[in-house]
Amino acid sequence: MKVLVPVKRVLDYNVKPRVKADGSGVDLANVKMSMNPFDEIAVEEAIRLKEKGVATEIVVVSIGEQKAQDTLRTALAMGADRAILITSETKVEPLGVAKLLKAVVDEEQPQLVILGKQAIDDDNNQTGQMLAALTGYAQGTFASKVEVAGDKVNVTREVDGGLETVALTLPAIVTTDLRLNEPRYASLPNIMKAKSKPLTAKTTADFGVDVSPRLTTVKVEEPAKRQAGVKVADVDELVGKLKTLGVVA
Amino acid sequence: MKTLVWVEHDGQSVKDATFAAVTAAAKLGEVELLVAGQGVDGVAQAAAQIAGVAKVLVADDAAFAHNLAENVAPLVVELMGSHDAFLAAATTTAKNIAPRVAALLDVMQISEILSVEGPDSFTRPIYAGNAIATVKTSDPKLVLTVRGTAFDKAEATGGSAAVEAVTSTGDKGVSSFVGAEIAASERPELTSAKIIVSGGRALGSEEQFHALIDPLADKLNAAVGASRAAVDAGYAPNDYQVGQTGKIVAPEVYIAVGISGAIQHLAGMKDSKVIVAINKDEDAPIFQVADVGLVGDLFTVVPDLTAKL
Repeated sequence: MKVLVPVKRVLDYNVKPRVKADGSGVDLANVKMSMNPFDEIAVEEAIRLKEKGVATEIVVVSIGEQKAQDTLRTALAMGADRAILITSETKVEPLGVAKLLKAVVDEEQPQLVILGKQAIDDDNNQTGQMLAALTGYAQGTFASKVEVAGDKVNVTREVDGGLETVALTLPAIVTTDLRLNEPRYASLPNIMKAKSKPLTAKTTADFGVDVSPRLTTVKVEEPAKRQAGVKVADVDELVGKLKTLGVVA
Repeated sequence: MKTLVWVEHDGQSVKDATFAAVTAAAKLGEVELLVAGQGVDGVAQAAAQIAGVAKVLVADDAAFAHNLAENVAPLVVELMGSHDAFLAAATTTAKNIAPRVAALLDVMQISEILSVEGPDSFTRPIYAGNAIATVKTSDPKLVLTVRGTAFDKAEATGGSAAVEAVTSTGDKGVSSFVGAEIAASERPELTSAKIIVSGGRALGSEEQFHALIDPLADKLNAAVGASRAAVDAGYAPNDYQVGQTGKIVAPEVYIAVGISGAIQHLAGMKDSKVIVAINKDEDAPIFQVADVGLVGDLFTVVPDLTAKL
């Protein structure tokens, strides 16, 4: 079974995003970029399926600027088999990404596509569901457990208040939540090996789908800053303060 | 503009988050509600009472019993033939369904809106709320999820909307519900709790985490959260995690115990109405966002606080 894993290059989760002075967006010049954490979990899950003998090949794909190649190499170093880089000169929205991924799915015919539930830059949480819509496949979003059994995959989902399990007919789309697994670090020998794994370079134009944006970002601002409040001297004063705030009677 | 609002329910009653979505929808135009499920007459009647609602559409069918996106999305798409906007509170149910609807309509969804700036303009958080983007859409129809904490709740009573049954679009047959384990905790759920008590790595061990945090949370009828550091150290389970890669919360009161306030944690809780911090390091970044701070040893302060509440 072939597994397709889309990955995105984003601002590293440890870096504080800085809003550009002209309000056009977040400053991404000279800052550390990494693979979206939820996508790392997706790559790890695919590798575990391969280690269990369920998956036979793992193809990773990234859509973005040329530098997204680094993110693909990271995925290859973790254990993916080959990569597809689709470069775009402009930012592609989730709907456009889903359309490109649909074209990749048509070509590659994976039984399972595993994506991160959201990218930590735009926080849209849309691409997996949109890809499921366009392919007509079933979707198991926010997965904390994935079990392939015959022609179905059972996905345990993180829902408000607990867990829910759904059975999906393959091929299917899965998006990852935090508890699914802990991604491995690529070892140095594997990083070296990843450099010779196959990477196919394409551009959005190769797919003949319309990925022009539907949304315009009018402005990006810092959220209202919180004012640091008061420090209290002891527990009694804290209890008093909580009473004033109406937290306790 | 005619809007269609997703009613989140548990088969019995309308869930809280729905009321915020109704308020957001009312800013755009006429509000109609969609109740989908099996045996949802009671929910539909309750929904019809919500103030400002023109009509309640009910899709009662076994195919909708468990909110499977594969079955619900085509229903919404069909109804969107006569509506201009689909709105849903950003619950896990709606986050699962709405993008499937958007893609089928060939519309770019706008997720977790914080405000309505105009018929085609909205603000939304990006980078886990570290930046707020104002976006304008060129799509002919809108698909929006609404951050519940950003809008006032519509009144649950006072309305008398007509209830109308709609034809089911059926079971698409590609997915089925197997089962659910809804946490049977006596405590409120993290994402909807009014008060949250969160513990950090300073608690030192899983035993101490529970020995100190749980009694304080019980006293306040609060949910329990944790920093990523505490989760990584194994002091608390993963689903307790508050932060950029965990749960985003905005309770009335957030009490951070032994949490230094790493960027990624602050991103998950800084929209709380009141933040209380207890930490022995007076230079901890958490104090820069806290409304009330107490510098002290949590091992003496927390039991003392629990006793005095």
